[in-house]
Amino acid sequence: MFDELVEFFDFQFALEILPQLLEGLLITVQASLVGFALAAILGLLMALGRRSENELIAQPVGAVVEFIRSTPLLVQLFFFFYVLPRYGLRLPPFIIGTIALGLHYGTYTSEVYRAGIDAVDTGQWEAATALNFSPVRVWTAIILPQAIPPMFPALGNYLVAMFKESALLAAITVNELLQTGQVIGTRTFRYLVPITMVGLLYLLISYPSSMIVRKLEARYAN
Amino acid sequence: MVARFSVGSERIKNGIFFVIAILIVGTAFGVQMLAEPPELPPFDLLPSLLRGLSTTISLTFWGAILAFVVALITGILRSSQSVVLRSISGIYVEIFRGTSILVQLFWIYFVLPLDPFNISLSAFQAGVLALGLNVGAYGAEVVRGAIQAIPRGQIEASIALNMSRGLMLRRVILPQAIVRILPPFGNLLIELLKATSLASLITLSDVTFQALTLRQTVGRITEIFTLLLFIYFLIAYPLTLGVRWLEKRRQWAT
Repeated sequence: MFDELVEFFDFQFALEILPQLLEGLLITVQASLVGFALAAILGLLMALGRRSENELIAQPVGAVVEFIRSTPLLVQLFFFFYVLPRYGLRLPPFIIGTIALGLHYGTYTSEVYRAGIDAVDTGQWEAATALNFSPVRVWTAIILPQAIPPMFPALGNYLVAMFKESALLAAITVNELLQTGQVIGTRTFRYLVPITMVGLLYLLISYPSSMIVRKLEARYAN
Repeated sequence: MVARFSVGSERIKNGIFFVIAILIVGTAFGVQMLAEPPELPPFDLLPSLLRGLSTTISLTFWGAILAFVVALITGILRSSQSVVLRSISGIYVEIFRGTSILVQLFWIYFVLPLDPFNISLSAFQAGVLALGLNVGAYGAEVVRGAIQAIPRGQIEASIALNMSRGLMLRRVILPQAIVRILPPFGNLLIELLKATSLASLITLSDVTFQALTLRQTVGRITEIFTLLLFIYFLIAYPLTLGVRWLEKRRQWAT
């Protein structure tokens, strides 16, 4: 059976291309981490903006969030990649990719923040108001410290999702994992091994990560 | 007052009016465009862009049907008593949820036709297969969760009534599970619609592909990609509002 397996999956070749693929994986990990940091910050800003008392802030922020969430990440990537240089903004594809990734997933994390903030007991708001705290202090000292820890599992899920979705950066020429596999495939005319290896590498990281997220979920469920 | 405690029903009402307005304007545009192709920029680009619309919609449609069937079957198998069925369906779900949909699409389109598989699929078939299997894996988890959420007592009661497993599934479990399933499935449908844009990368001429082609022939990049974003938004946003309506109804129902 092993011979048959070797016949169609060339392990020698797989080992040969592994270092290159790992370089691609490093870019993928970097893109997802930087993108996630952006998404975590933008998501919070979006969530706070949507809750603003001032309709002139809440409505436009809401509209932008809904718009970004209702359009494909790939099209947003193309938009930034092709349109920004038109207006003199020439950024490396990696930067464009992480910004688009962060913006897109920011709209998802903003929903997580919203749910987390809504889950904080009304009494906490009332107590803060009764104590005459300033809005900044209410948010930073009372609400967010209670709202954010239970969000960790949901945010973790989005980090794993972003790790996989960062493969789309291949479409705007970022040399991440999938693009590296593609390039090897085109150069050697052998697709089976590189693309399968790419899939396995994604699995190798995302499966244990989602296991950790499940552990977190179980911990915060009680 | 420091902040708003909840989003009032007023905003949802506003949202619905907004969508109705969009739909009316959209239909008016459509009718107008059929009558005479618009010349006013950027709308003169619309007819060429919309040539890809039927591909986008049929990818969404067939992908959704495949995903639904796969999700239902896999979700039920994952809750089965047989260890073998549970592991096989579990491995499928973990592989498709654990790797990127773009990798799956490339694998199906570029690797399947090669030795030792020798399965050649058209770009459209590959697209439907990748979308259906990927979204189906996420849907399977939704189905499994919904089945698990059914109180033990109901299953015990069905056993006490001497129902067969099939009958219990049809009469007791699925009717209750489906109510829980619908809103998340609506969200998955939106994700699926957005993911159809990836098919442009395997040469399928959907709206995104048309935009990429227009970029090379016509230029006018800002207009093309802005229109493209609005096309997706106009299809996806009514779906989003539909899902919210379903969620509201479910809250009232329980």
